[in-house]
Amino acid sequence: MATDDIYILGITMTQFGKHKDKDVLDLATEAALGALKDGGVSMKDMGVLAAGNLMGGARPIAQEIQKQIGQTGIPAYNVSNACATGATALRVAYLTVKSGEADFGIAVGVEKLAGVGLLAGGARKEDGDTWQRSGRYGAVAPVDGRIGTDTMPGVFAQIGMEYGHRYGGANFELFAQISEKNHSHSTLNPLAAYTKKMTLEEIMGDIMIAYPNTRPMCSANCDGAAAAVVVSGSKLRTLSKEQQRRAVKISASILTSDPYQEACQVLPDVNTLTRMAAKQAYEKAGIGPDDLDLVELHDCFATAELVHYDNLMLCPEGGAVDFFKSGATWRTGKMPVNVSGGLESKGHPIAATGIANIWEICHHLRGEAGDRQIQGAKVGLAHVIGLGSACGVHILEKSAA
Amino acid sequence: MAEKKAEQIPFVDYLKLGDKPHLVANECTACGARFFDRRSACAKCSNTTFKPAPVATEGILRTFTIVAFAAPGIPVPFVSGVVDCAGTSVRANIVNCPADPRHVTTGMKVRLTTYPIGTDAKGTEAINFGFEPIA
Ligand SMILES: [Zn+2]
Repeated sequence: MATDDIYILGITMTQFGKHKDKDVLDLATEAALGALKDGGVSMKDMGVLAAGNLMGGARPIAQEIQKQIGQTGIPAYNVSNACATGATALRVAYLTVKSGEADFGIAVGVEKLAGVGLLAGGARKEDGDTWQRSGRYGAVAPVDGRIGTDTMPGVFAQIGMEYGHRYGGANFELFAQISEKNHSHSTLNPLAAYTKKMTLEEIMGDIMIAYPNTRPMCSANCDGAAAAVVVSGSKLRTLSKEQQRRAVKISASILTSDPYQEACQVLPDVNTLTRMAAKQAYEKAGIGPDDLDLVELHDCFATAELVHYDNLMLCPEGGAVDFFKSGATWRTGKMPVNVSGGLESKGHPIAATGIANIWEICHHLRGEAGDRQIQGAKVGLAHVIGLGSACGVHILEKSAA
Repeated sequence: MAEKKAEQIPFVDYLKLGDKPHLVANECTACGARFFDRRSACAKCSNTTFKPAPVATEGILRTFTIVAFAAPGIPVPFVSGVVDCAGTSVRANIVNCPADPRHVTTGMKVRLTTYPIGTDAKGTEAINFGFEPIA
């Protein structure tokens, strides 16, 4: 192993779903202690901690975690970057180790969302009794619902429909088939929030949230946490053979924000920054999309998964519909996507998602994925999008040791 | 006896009422990028000067969704979309058209229209814009 490479030494995700008896700290510390144990290290070894809990607002979640599992005085970063919060936390730990300031770092993402209608209607201010201009549009009342929609299912529905308008072939049934795939995949993932197979008819006949996204085509709000311990290549050399064997190389860790594009302030452009991140990641890793054995991408809605096939260059430009129809992205296909069940079925505890998707990849690269193991997996890619926007792409490789 | 006409105000700053209602964007004087909000500088080139630019009132519906679950107070279902108005993208509701995918399709031609959204305690009527299909 090259001494300047960075590895994931330990990684954990908790059960996703409803955790009535566990609070945010119970979940965060369960994941953190799990990742430390998985890596065969302790809090005393850690040189940096980065943590995120999007719904916690200004809460210093990193220090709160330390107060439960080890106040060692190391730098603690509280990270917030929408749905890319977990990936951003991981990148903070990665960069600290990469810089040589620490040998080990830990990143934690946690969320309690079960029962929250967050990604559907959302909150909205009341109209006042007299019209008063406010905000940067000088609107006399809230614009959401009156000038387009701010709801996530609606925004991502438009993103998918726009792809269909540009390239053709994307319709309600096709988007529902993507969801059918992810729900089917989740039946093999015991940590998924939902593990029920759903037929195409059930998916299309379910409650419509924002056409063409019905309820099972939307990410599942749930509770959960994930944590990862990173280590420098030089330090890893001094650890046990077993630790070296299970370590997963971070061949690329990329974070982008959305560059200006016409219309990007009218409808968020999740495409350009994802394509940029993917391109940079492939270059950095010296790996092409054809080398990937599996991909976990940000299917916050079924309509989003389609566009990211293209953005991550898993298919020729404009070819996402045919690519999906070929069966490539089913777990039996040539490019399995979201074998965890994805956000639609595994669940989407926001700040945990950007680490949980990396856990899924690591699980396969280590050959520890049990019934859902992608046989012989050596290289995987994990992608997240936080609307606003932030995109995290990580390429991970099985350890050569 | 003629009733006094209620005073009308546009729902947002960038909607201009009058005989020919239209939208006015802030156009960057350096690169031509257009924005609808109050600007600090241009997101494309960072230039800080802008001029008002009227936006075409007809366009093509580039994408849409039919929102069935919205925040309290918003009548559902409604159609939200992005209209390409001769190169300037505009976010709006699609109105005067049934909110179902048989009547709303990407690529359809639409034009700007206005409608009242309510009258406040002082009797002032707020006028919003939307886009309607061109028959
Ligand atoms: Zn400019």
